[in-house]
Amino acid sequence: MTTTTTSSAPVSDYKPDADGRLLEVDDLHVEFHTQEGVAKAINGVSFDLHQGETLAILGESGSGKSVTAQAVMGILDMPPAVIPSGAIRYCGQDLLTMPEEQRRKMRGPEISMIFQDALSSLNPTFPVGWQIGEMFRQHRGMNKSDAYAQAVRLMERVAIPAAKERVKQYPHQFSGGMRQRIMIAMAIALDPAVLIADEPTTALDVTVQAQIMALLAELQEERQMGLILITHDLGVVADVADRAAVMYAGRIVAKAGIDDLYARPAHPYTRGLLESIPRLDQKGQTLAAIGGLPPNLTRIPAGCAFNPRCRMAQDVCRTDVPALRDVGQQKSACHFAEEVLNG
Amino acid sequence: MTDTIAATVAPGAAGDDVGEARSLTQDAWRSLKKNKMFWISVALIGVFVLMAIWPSLFTSKDPGFGDINNVRATPSAEHWFGTDTQGYDIYARTIYGARASIIVGILASLTTLLLGGVLGVLAGFYGGWLDALLSRITDIFYAIPLILGGILFMASFPNGANSNYFVVVGKVVLVLTVFGWPTIARLMRSSVLQVKPNEYVLAARALGASPWRIIRSHILPNALAPAIVVATINLGVFIVVEATLSFLGIGLTPPAISWGVAISDALNAIRTYPHILLFPSLFLSLAVLAFILLGDAVRDAFDPKSR
Amino acid sequence: MADVILKADDLFKHYPIKGGVLRRTVGHVRAVDGVSFELNRGETLGIVGESGCGKSTLGRVLMRLEEPTSGTVNFDGVDMFSQSGSTMRKLRRDIQIVFQDPYTSLNPRKTVGDIIAEPFEIHPDVVPKGGRKKAVQELLEMVGLNPEHINRYPHQFSGGQRQRIGIARGIALRPKVLICDEPVSALDVSVQAQVINLMEKLQDELGLSYIFIAHDLSVVRHISDRVGVMYLGRMVELGTEEEIYQRPTHPYTQALLSAVPVPDPTMRGKREQIVLTGDVPSPANPPSGCRFHTRCFKAQDRCKVDDPELIARPDGVAEHRSACLFAEPRVIVETTDVTDVEHDSRFATTEVVDFDDFADDSGLMPADAFATADRSQSVDETEGPLDRPSNTHGPVDDEPLEKRGPRV
Repeated sequence: MTTTTTSSAPVSDYKPDADGRLLEVDDLHVEFHTQEGVAKAINGVSFDLHQGETLAILGESGSGKSVTAQAVMGILDMPPAVIPSGAIRYCGQDLLTMPEEQRRKMRGPEISMIFQDALSSLNPTFPVGWQIGEMFRQHRGMNKSDAYAQAVRLMERVAIPAAKERVKQYPHQFSGGMRQRIMIAMAIALDPAVLIADEPTTALDVTVQAQIMALLAELQEERQMGLILITHDLGVVADVADRAAVMYAGRIVAKAGIDDLYARPAHPYTRGLLESIPRLDQKGQTLAAIGGLPPNLTRIPAGCAFNPRCRMAQDVCRTDVPALRDVGQQKSACHFAEEVLNG
Repeated sequence: MTDTIAATVAPGAAGDDVGEARSLTQDAWRSLKKNKMFWISVALIGVFVLMAIWPSLFTSKDPGFGDINNVRATPSAEHWFGTDTQGYDIYARTIYGARASIIVGILASLTTLLLGGVLGVLAGFYGGWLDALLSRITDIFYAIPLILGGILFMASFPNGANSNYFVVVGKVVLVLTVFGWPTIARLMRSSVLQVKPNEYVLAARALGASPWRIIRSHILPNALAPAIVVATINLGVFIVVEATLSFLGIGLTPPAISWGVAISDALNAIRTYPHILLFPSLFLSLAVLAFILLGDAVRDAFDPKSR
Repeated sequence: MADVILKADDLFKHYPIKGGVLRRTVGHVRAVDGVSFELNRGETLGIVGESGCGKSTLGRVLMRLEEPTSGTVNFDGVDMFSQSGSTMRKLRRDIQIVFQDPYTSLNPRKTVGDIIAEPFEIHPDVVPKGGRKKAVQELLEMVGLNPEHINRYPHQFSGGQRQRIGIARGIALRPKVLICDEPVSALDVSVQAQVINLMEKLQDELGLSYIFIAHDLSVVRHISDRVGVMYLGRMVELGTEEEIYQRPTHPYTQALLSAVPVPDPTMRGKREQIVLTGDVPSPANPPSGCRFHTRCFKAQDRCKVDDPELIARPDGVAEHRSACLFAEPRVIVETTDVTDVEHDSRFATTEVVDFDDFADDSGLMPADAFATADRSQSVDETEGPLDRPSNTHGPVDDEPLEKRGPRV
């Protein structure tokens, strides 16, 4: 099935660099100008993504993880959002300085995205096959029946039973899990190099979640996509990610290979999070909470944004913003990262 | 939206209200205070209400004094708006005419809000056969256009030659209420249906709260805002209908003074003396506009999505 | 024999499906379809299941927010469903509920003081009028909130704080049983733990019994003494926490447990995954025989005909209740006992007081500050019982969405 896609696909103008690096986000800032003031949603985020790699961006609500995804995808509402500085380079080209027309053409064949809420992401007034086929009609200029044939092929690929019969059905006729599969089919339709999944399973039941995550992993393996998984679920991350970046108040506070992140966390926030989640495989666990709340983004505390909730905070944490620096095999933005890592 | 983009608010400006209790109503009031349209409409309405209560504040002339020697005069220092076909001072009559419109508008709005509100709440809250019955009745009345209903009613029960002013006004209010409540009832019903499944309503039921208590302290405060907005906008509509009925000669009739009557009288001379028509129509339009603007401003303030 | 405070017997809740022009009943959604269990004094009974299994409806039926189609609930020796008027009102003091969504469970137009005082106004003889403010402040303190915030409005609090307010309202009348309907599933991970710890503390202090309804199996394991697993309106397995998590005998429980991701990358690929195929059938038209047979990896012909009872079946060590004809234990989760492991207090605390460094400087919470709507959508998705009928002409494989009022 994949061969048909590649043969019918036009050759991409974009090539990853020698290391297989697809995406490079460099010191990205995003602000929201609201009545309450300027909300600094993202304050200097940098990361890169390689072919065939799964990068998890972990964070709680308001950490800026979804805003990061939307900025990369180019679907932020501007205004109220403003990107004062930073660069998002895809295969060496800065997306932020690119003309909108060129960028629009990249959505689908180069970078695509799946969302948390599949029901509201699908148009209720058109059959699902028509919506999947739209990708081919728009980007490849295919005719109606060819596009439907492609839709059936994709629906089969994402394991929707009786795809031929169901291609003309409407979104409300599918269950939540099936709708998410349709979203995935649309996202991978044009064989993107980068797939961003924003909380793809949060709205789903756990047995369905397992199916969807397995499908995503399989597709990624098959197509060597770079996958950015945006989530708050430490369990899902442990299951599928290669690397993870932990976000807090619009910054990446820790970045590590997946084993290090869980076994040797180097940031107090990561450690706190790990201690605060109940585990299925533990009995008699003492649950500990970080306490307090993430800051209001219009008034991020001076120094380290985490300092008011941090039980290790010293004076320096209240004045100096810690840089994201190397600590052992990983990166941490904590003045006392070594102590956290070793103790 | 333009206000939000301006971002003139310095970061930390919102920190002024440390620990202060801010209810949603207070928040709405705050955003109303910033709205220019709100203040314009309030000022206009204030003036009209003053006219209605205390017309002599605006003019010392007697609206009932017709100077046969000076009919259809154009505006002058003596008669600011000129005089009409009977030699009445148009300015004075326009001022005095506000009373009928304002009384009818406000009373009809209140009565429709009350009647429609009660029926809507009952239908939405209790559901079942009561809802089915009330909804069908609402539909029947909703299907009759307000003006048509007004004409039929007023034509069937014409005013006597010496009908008391307040009896006539009362009749107009009654007819507006009878045919005007369905909008409010439907709105109220659907907003009750939206509020009812909220978990705070369930929590109150779980505590054993009586239906009356649930309606009073949970349903009404959360469901009333849209109905109030529409009632405000309806006020303008009622003023228009009153004027229409009077214009047709079946609402207020001379010697009562009202904008509708004045417009009707002016029609005879519309080609030659358009100013006779202009002033009462202008006031009528301004009054209607003021209430619609107020309704819009209040709606914006209560709708969190627009903020 | 344990001291039973609440006993549900053969509870049914069917919602009629109206169809056609005449709106005649054309079928029933069997949201709760024959559920029996008992709750012991002072214990926590966890009820888990996926959306549409009837767990939320069960909670509402137990609260008598919905009248059951049939069945009885014996509460502390009283037949709950035969009570009416003032005896029922009085009974409500003893059984209260905490809801899932901290955003819709508090009336936005009332102050926190009014919200928590409402139970006292409805039951005026509990606390005399003069003492109510003090009682409310004590409650705020009990749930770890600042008693001086009594005049604030719900939107000035964060999700976790609102959930504490909901709990304060729930315990105001000092109930014996508290039904918790997904009380932490709308909260952020770092806040969940605070609320769970608070609930455990309150249970110890007030001797509460909890019915803890949730879809998160890890949270349920942490807080529950006993656990019931629901599927399509039925209880398929019921036992102690250890029995359910360490030696589950029902294939559905096993599949459910195997699907839960564990936050430990070293376990990747090592855990046995039972992947269920297909979707949950519609509760309007449940499969014959065993409800689970359409998706079961063990199903035999017998399962299509025989409806297995929830009875004690051997689990390898002893026996516990399971509704499978071929019940046999299977280890899905390798459990480590960490009872004696001290937690490192440098990073997180078991303290339940909410230290609101940020709540004080603003009424607006970061999540509300702009429209990222990170989690609110997931809240919408799971809000209210999902097992009610919506559309009678809908497809069979779709899980029924939330029932709205008639002809909205």
